[in-house]
Amino acid sequence: MKLDVTYHKHDVVVVGAGIAGLYAALKTSAEVDTAVISKVYPTRSHSGAAQGGCAASLGNVMEDHWEWHLYDTVRGSDFLGDQDAQELLVRDAVPAMYEMEHLGVPFDRTEDGKIAQRPFGGHFGNFGKSPMSRSCFAADRTGHAQLHCLYEQCLKHQVRFYNEFFGLSLIMEDGVCRGIVAWDMQRGGLHVFHAKAVHLATGGHARCWKITSTAMANTGDGLGLIMHQQLPLEDMEFVQFHPTGLWKHGILVSEAARGEGGYLLNDKGERFMETYAKAKMELAPRDVVSRAAQTEINDGRGIGGQDYLHIDLRHLGREKIMTRLPQVRELALKFMNRDMITDPIPIQPTAHYSMGGMPTNLDTQVLRDAGKDAVPGLYASGECACVSVHGANRLGTNSTLECAVFGRRGGIKMLDYVRAHAGHEDLPGDAADAAREQVEHLLSTAGSNGVRPVELRERLQLSMGENAGVFRSAEGLARQVQICQELRQQYRNVTIEDGGTYANSELTEAIELGNMLDYAYVIAHCALQRTECRGAHWRTDHPGRNDKEWHKHTMSWLEGDQIRLDYKPVVITRFQPEERKY
Amino acid sequence: MERTFRIYRFNPEEAKEPHYDTFTIEVDQTWTVLDALNAIKWHHDGTLAFRRSCRHGICGSCAVMINGKNELACEKLVASLKGVITIEPLKQFPVLRDLMVEQEEFFEKLRLVKPWLINHTSPPTDKERLQSPEDRRVIDGMWECILCGACTSACPAFWDNDSFLGPAALLKAFRYVGDTRDEGLDERVGILDSKIGVWRCHTIFNCVEACPKSLNPTDAIVKLRKRLVKEKL
Ligand SMILES: Cc1cc2nc3c(=O)[nH]c(=O)nc-3n(C[C@H](O)[C@H](O)[C@H](O)COP(=O)(O)OP(=O)(O)OC[C@H]3O[C@@H](n4cnc5c(N)ncnc54)[C@H](O)[C@@H]3O)c2cc1C
Ligand code: SF4
Ligand code: FES
Repeated sequence: MKLDVTYHKHDVVVVGAGIAGLYAALKTSAEVDTAVISKVYPTRSHSGAAQGGCAASLGNVMEDHWEWHLYDTVRGSDFLGDQDAQELLVRDAVPAMYEMEHLGVPFDRTEDGKIAQRPFGGHFGNFGKSPMSRSCFAADRTGHAQLHCLYEQCLKHQVRFYNEFFGLSLIMEDGVCRGIVAWDMQRGGLHVFHAKAVHLATGGHARCWKITSTAMANTGDGLGLIMHQQLPLEDMEFVQFHPTGLWKHGILVSEAARGEGGYLLNDKGERFMETYAKAKMELAPRDVVSRAAQTEINDGRGIGGQDYLHIDLRHLGREKIMTRLPQVRELALKFMNRDMITDPIPIQPTAHYSMGGMPTNLDTQVLRDAGKDAVPGLYASGECACVSVHGANRLGTNSTLECAVFGRRGGIKMLDYVRAHAGHEDLPGDAADAAREQVEHLLSTAGSNGVRPVELRERLQLSMGENAGVFRSAEGLARQVQICQELRQQYRNVTIEDGGTYANSELTEAIELGNMLDYAYVIAHCALQRTECRGAHWRTDHPGRNDKEWHKHTMSWLEGDQIRLDYKPVVITRFQPEERKY
Repeated sequence: MERTFRIYRFNPEEAKEPHYDTFTIEVDQTWTVLDALNAIKWHHDGTLAFRRSCRHGICGSCAVMINGKNELACEKLVASLKGVITIEPLKQFPVLRDLMVEQEEFFEKLRLVKPWLINHTSPPTDKERLQSPEDRRVIDGMWECILCGACTSACPAFWDNDSFLGPAALLKAFRYVGDTRDEGLDERVGILDSKIGVWRCHTIFNCVEACPKSLNPTDAIVKLRKRLVKEKL
C-alpha cells in the first residue's frame, strides 16, 4: 500500500482545539500564519463540558484578592503545585477573564452589570477562613460559552482549521521541533505540517478508566507524541476522581447537586458521610467524598451490594429541583430514566481530571529533563500539560482557567519565538516515516486473526479501576504494571477489520488504544513508586503525606519496555507545606 | 435483553448505492443508542462509521436519525424505543460514510454570518464591559447551540436549496445581533438579507422539533427579520 503524503507550511501549528489550543491560536493569528489541527471539530472538544465556571479574583460579589486565590490553589494542590506557576495563574486570571468578556463570552451578570460570580468547592476568602464567590460563569455551560467564543474569534482571525485530522508524530531534528505529521480522518492520507512552532493542547487522558466523566476523545494522544520522542511526562500518578458519576455511565452529576443539599446514601439508607466528615458531610472536598463512597462500595454497603450508591434530592422538593437543578434532573431522566423529584439516583466515583502531563516552563515551552532545558519550537498548555498549577489535586474551576491563562500566554510567547526565527528550519527527509509505518502496519493487519482492540481496551479500563483507582496499594499497582506490560505485548498483535484509508475510525481508535496502553503503564508505575498519600493519590499501605521523602515531582520516560524515573523539586515561594484540613 | 438495529451503510469507495445491515445484539437496561453503536463496532463490525465524543449530549457529534427522527444517539436510551431500531445519517448532508455526514459546509456557513462580537468602541482596559442581566437574557436560548446540525438537516428550505444558510447559522447570527454589546448588524445585513439569508425560511418549525437541545431557531430568524426591517427603515 502506498499512502499519499501532502505537505503544508505554517508558522504555528496548534494541535487541539479546546480552550487552551484556541486561545494560543488566537494570539498567534494576530500576526503570523496559524493552523489548528484537531481530531474532532473544534466546538466538539471536551472543554465544552465544563459547567461550573472559571475562577478569578475579580471581587465582583464580595471582596477578593489574588493572594487568597493563590493560597487556596496551593493548599488544594496538597503543596505539590509550583508556586511560581500558581501565582502566574491567579494573577493573570483577572486580565484573562476581562479579555474573554471583551471577546464576547456571554457571562451571567450581577445586578450592576459585572461578570457574575458564585461559590465553588475549595475556594475561600481571607486565606481559607470565609466563604467566597470566585467562579465566573455562563449558566451551567461556561466551558461551552468560552469554547464557542474562542472558536469564532479564530474564524475572524483567519486561523486555518484542519478538522478531523489526527496528530501522529512530531518532527524533531537536532533537538528542535519542526512540525508534526497527521492523518486525515475523513479522506485518509498523511499530512506533513512544517512549522516554526508546534503547540500541543490535546486535553486530558482519563479514558484509560472504564468509569470516567471525560469524552471518548480524551485518550491522551498528545502524551503519545511526547513519549515517543523520548521526552518526559510529569506527575502522571495524579488523576482526580469525582464522587458523583452516573452509575455505569460515569457522566458527571454536577457538584451543584450536593451544594444544593443532596444526600449521599448507602444500602441501609444512611448518610454515610457522617462517618467520614461529620462537619462538612456531603460538602467535604471531592477526594474525601470519593474515598468515602468507594469505601462504602468496597465494604459491601453499595445499593443491593452492587457498585453504586444513591444521591437523594427528594427532600429538596419539586420547586427547588426544577429551578436550581434542571440540567441535573434532565441528565438523570435521560440516562437513568429516573426522576430525582421522586427517586434517588445511582452514582459511583468517576475518573475526571488529569493533573499530570507534559512538563513545561512558565512560558509553556516543553521541557526535556528535570531541569530547565526546553525543546525549541515545542509548546504545550491546558489539561495535557503540567506546568504545574494543580499539583496533586486540582480545584474545580481552576482548569478552564489554566487553559485560558497558559493558552493565551503560550500564544504570546510563540509569537516572540516565531518573530525571532525568520525562516523554517529544513524538514528531515524521513519526516513522515514513523507515522507511515504505524498506519501501514495497522492497516496491514486487516483480515488477519489477532486480538481485537476492544479486548485490550476493556481489560485495561477495568483493571485501572481496580488497581489504580481511588484506592491504591503496592500489591494492586504491581499487578497493574504487569497487566499493562502484558497488554502492550498483546497490542503488537492487534488486528483491525478495516484495511481502507477512507473514513476509517477503527484505525484511529486502534492508535488511541496504543497511546492509552503506554501512558496507563506510566501512571501505574509512577503510582507504585510514590509511597505516600497526597491529594488524589491515596495509598492504603502508606497512610499520610510524607513531605520528607515525597515533596517532589515525578518525571518519567518511556524507553521501550522500561520506564525511567527522575524527580525534581517543587517550587515554593510563599507557602510552606502544612497539613491539608477542611 | 436482545435488540435489533437496522443501520444505514454506505461507503462511496466500495459501492454506488447504500444498503442496510441488521445486527441483533444483547443490550443493557442503561444503554443509549450510542452504546449500542459502539458495541456493534467493537464486537461485530469494525467498519461501521459514526461520530461521537462527549456521550452526554453536549458536543453535538452524534446527531443521527433514529426511527425517522433527529436525535443525539448518546442521549437516546435503547429501552425508550420499541421494536427494530433504524439508524440513518442526518438527511440532506452528503454522506461521507455510513452515519458520518459531510459537515465542512455546515461549519463554513457559520463563518459567513460573522459569528464574533463586532464593537466599535474599545472596552475598558482593566474591567469588563457592563451589561445588565436583562440585556444578557436577550440571547438566552441562542448561545447554547451545540452545532449538531439536526435543525439544518430537518429544514425544508435547506432541502430546496442547500446554499441556504440554515437555522443553525442564523441562530448563531442572532446570538451576536441580539447581544447588546454588539454593533455589527450593518456588517451582517448583506448576508442575512441575501438570497441565502433569513427570507428563505418558510417558518415551518421543523428545526424546532428537530433540536435535541429544545432551542428555537425559527424564533431567532423571526427576530432577525424584525431587526433587518427596522434597520432598512
Ligand atoms: C464533565 C466535566 C466538567 C468539567 N467542569 C469544569 C468546570 O466547571 N470548570 C473547570 O475549570 N474545569 C472543568 N472541567 C475540566 C476542564 O473542562 C478541562 O480540563 C479543560 O476544558 C481541558 O481543555 P483543553 O483545552 O486542555 O482540552 P480539550 O478541550 O479536551 O481539547 C482537546 C483537544 O485536543 C484535540 N486532540 C487530542 N488529541 C489529538 C490528536 N492526536 N490530534 C489532533 N487533535 C487532538 C481534540 O480534538 C480537542 O480539540 C470539567 C471536565 C469535565 C470532564
Ligand atoms: S439549534 Fe439545536 S438542532 Fe440546530 S445545531 Fe443547534 S443544537 Fe443542533
Ligand atoms: S457524543 Fe457528544 S452529543 Fe452525543
